[in-house]
Amino acid sequence: MPTNTKILTQEFEYFAPKTLEEVLDLLDRYKDKNTKILAGGTDLLVKMKTIDLKVDYLINIKDISELNFINTDEGLKIGAAVPLSHIEKIEKVKTKYPALYEGIKSMAAIAIRNMGTIPGNICNASPAGDTVPPLIAYGAEVKLVSRRGERTVLVEDFITGVGETIIKAGELVTQVNIPEINKNSGSAFSKKSRVKADIAKINLAIWLEREGNLCKDCKIVLGSVFTKVVRAKKAEDLLKGQAVNTDLIIEIAKKASEEIKPIDDVRSTAEYRTDIAKVMVEDTIKIAWERAGGEL
Amino acid sequence: MKKVEIEFTINDKKRKLSVKPNDLLINIIRNDLYLTGSKYGCGIGECGTCTVLLNSEPVLSCLTLAITVDGKEITTIEGLDRGDELHPLQKAFLKNGAVQCGFCTPGMILTATALLKENPNPTEDEIREYMRGNLCRCTGYNQIITAIKSCENKLKTS
Repeated sequence: MPTNTKILTQEFEYFAPKTLEEVLDLLDRYKDKNTKILAGGTDLLVKMKTIDLKVDYLINIKDISELNFINTDEGLKIGAAVPLSHIEKIEKVKTKYPALYEGIKSMAAIAIRNMGTIPGNICNASPAGDTVPPLIAYGAEVKLVSRRGERTVLVEDFITGVGETIIKAGELVTQVNIPEINKNSGSAFSKKSRVKADIAKINLAIWLEREGNLCKDCKIVLGSVFTKVVRAKKAEDLLKGQAVNTDLIIEIAKKASEEIKPIDDVRSTAEYRTDIAKVMVEDTIKIAWERAGGEL
Repeated sequence: MKKVEIEFTINDKKRKLSVKPNDLLINIIRNDLYLTGSKYGCGIGECGTCTVLLNSEPVLSCLTLAITVDGKEITTIEGLDRGDELHPLQKAFLKNGAVQCGFCTPGMILTATALLKENPNPTEDEIREYMRGNLCRCTGYNQIITAIKSCENKLKTS
């Protein structure tokens, strides 16, 4: 049967709670049912239309003022209802978290970014999610709240596979916390796609911390090369504690491209992804290193 | 499914409607309010033809549940003119040959109003960047870029 995306045929019960407390009550009450959170809806409604993702209870959190905040005092704390387009406008995001800024800017187009949210991108758990590599690179964590309490989990540990996360029934991601960034740090994001507004064939975020001409610490995070966004840890180990120069960067880029396990799919091939990963890691390390004040 | 009454403002008019939770905003706008300027294109957020302004920001009405716009403000292409006077962007699109089959035009123009409000004097690159979610299969985009560029610093009143 051909998919009709003009209408939404499945029926569900809809809630528009005004407070976080109400959301948690609803999530608790319907924890044994197909209950979904509606934030931007840009992934959820597409799935409900095209793959008939079953939803019995839909809880809209977009208009909850408690979840609509951005706190830039220490690091970044972003509420679950904040649209992506509002995050990209924050000066601190542009200046101190350029990989996140570039990742968000690379996503779809303005209308989608006016709708979508960071927790939505994380919970959708696509291996190609564009906010995920920067968030992992910065060591970001999500705050999960339920009637039973709350916990914080690194974004890196939160996503476990294609569309899969460790979120439990009854839990809501209420915010994302990104740690404060050291002034000797540099970061950058890079993405290849068929056209600008497209989902990534491959994406990459790099964060590193410089001490003189040494790279003190780093994260190299790649998307669309495995069932989830992954760190190239062997490549990271080659960079940590080393004096940075062009030859070393080329060696690291080669290692990173050998470490990943991409597949052929509708957007690209394993061969292309492996080859281009090498180029992207090399170029992006250089940008991050220069942003950290390093010279080559 | 039980219908719920919602109230919202569309093109400066208050409207009350009964909607089902699974009604999409695009269908309410077209079928219940007869504002057929907004187009259904792909239905999955790829093409931008269903773009409307929600509280002055472009969003996709094919991926928005009508029930979620309760209490909000919507602008469609029908809300841009001032009586017999077309909006400056509408005039510029006509003048520059940026309208051919016209299917993408409502979404294009609404997205362009948001661009010029945010950035009254955009460069060509900035225009292409901002407009990239609105697809056009006729013009090859150049006329659209020219039309938008010709409206820089002209939209102060809108």
